[in-house]
Amino acid sequence: MTGWAMALFQRDLRLSIRVGGSALVGVLFFLAVVTVIPFGVGPDLNLLSRIGPAILWIGALLATLLGLDRLFQADRDDGTLDLMLMAGRPLELVVLIKCLAHWAATGLPLVVAAPLLSIFLNVDLVAMGAVTLTLLVGTPALTLIGAIGASLTVALRRGGLLLAVLVVPLAIPVLIFGVSAADAAIHDPVPFMTPFLILCALSLIAAVIGPVASAAALRFSAE
Amino acid sequence: MAFWDYANPTRFLRLVQVLLPWLIGLCLLFFAVGLYMSLFIAPEDYQQGATVRIMYLHVPAAWLCMMCYSVMTLSSIGTLVWKHPLADVSAKSAAPIGAAFTFMALVTGSLWGKPMWGTYWVWDARLTSVLVLLIMYLGLMTLWRTMEDQIKAGKAAAVLTLVGALNLPIIKFSVDWWNTLHQPASVIRMDGPTIHPDLLWPLVIMAIAFTLFFFVIHLMAMRNEILRRRVRNLRMRAAAASHPGTAAATAQPAE
Repeated sequence: MTGWAMALFQRDLRLSIRVGGSALVGVLFFLAVVTVIPFGVGPDLNLLSRIGPAILWIGALLATLLGLDRLFQADRDDGTLDLMLMAGRPLELVVLIKCLAHWAATGLPLVVAAPLLSIFLNVDLVAMGAVTLTLLVGTPALTLIGAIGASLTVALRRGGLLLAVLVVPLAIPVLIFGVSAADAAIHDPVPFMTPFLILCALSLIAAVIGPVASAAALRFSAE
Repeated sequence: MAFWDYANPTRFLRLVQVLLPWLIGLCLLFFAVGLYMSLFIAPEDYQQGATVRIMYLHVPAAWLCMMCYSVMTLSSIGTLVWKHPLADVSAKSAAPIGAAFTFMALVTGSLWGKPMWGTYWVWDARLTSVLVLLIMYLGLMTLWRTMEDQIKAGKAAAVLTLVGALNLPIIKFSVDWWNTLHQPASVIRMDGPTIHPDLLWPLVIMAIAFTLFFFVIHLMAMRNEILRRRVRNLRMRAAAASHPGTAAATAQPAE
């Protein structure tokens, strides 16, 4: 059981890191979003440090949304997805492993880049740690929820925009608790742990709902 | 069981034929009574004046946008679990109606908010979650429209509807955590309603009128959807007949 899971994980990871996988483009996009924000709201460092955690979270959400269509699209185009459907392995697990590999290739770099980018936004050290920690816990939820949208739109040509529209409402709770946990670490009277633990819970819920719903959608689209 | 008898679209259409006039009559009656009561009989609020009458459109619309999603959720379960042939017709035709009610709740709410709160829009918890609901309705409608194959579109939309149904309470809870200004629920409560009976009765009647209106529109939309699918199928058959040899056997949506 662990053998094929490991093999699948490594295959997906390798495919998304090597040529054409463009996993790191997400980080570049993240950098671009963070660079653009000061042009919009002005270079006031106090303001930027106040809204910094929110900017980082929105940047991470957008970068995740952009990369989601690669989750199943290439596998569907070359027929790998049909083989996976027929392989007799539990499809929910296959989706979960694919999501983990996708997150390791696209989500984890965002988390690693977050401390560096928070320097641009004048976010102080405690908040920097808090944002990085919440992103580490929260971005898997974004990928897992996004998998539902990705599997629903996999049969469509140019489903990317629709995918984002479908996924954003579902991702709102993650965004709310991610940002409020990061804010709580700096100034709010609310303790950091409360929203943070809810964020962890949301990730765990997403780890169940995401693969189940997305596997169902993949089965239906292949019928 | 009646539930299965009406899986046959023709039988369902016959039932609609019988039911619809009665429903329309009841709906008009309730609207006449409800509108008269809410516009002429119900007293003005001592603080809000005549603007309180917006409530008689706003609150039923807000209830209906929730109920419509519940109908879609039940229909989606019908599609995925029992493969009921009319369930996806029901879900598909409910989505635009739900979006319309949600839009109506938002518009009347912001018109009410201007004199009361001094602004058309605030990022308050309830307003925000209703706005999210509107986005979900529109997303579902887009998903229906972008897929050619009606059966696949029905199943995909059903999956998304169910995920949305699981997520809506979470969204509601998280948005409540985030910000709250809108007044809490004041009609359905454990210790009885906190709203005065003179204001409550017109509201109840308007709510019944709106619910009947929903069913009228929903049945009409379902009938139209079935007829639309028949027309499409006849066209396909005509096209296949004029080019023999290219027809392929595929599963047909309910018609």
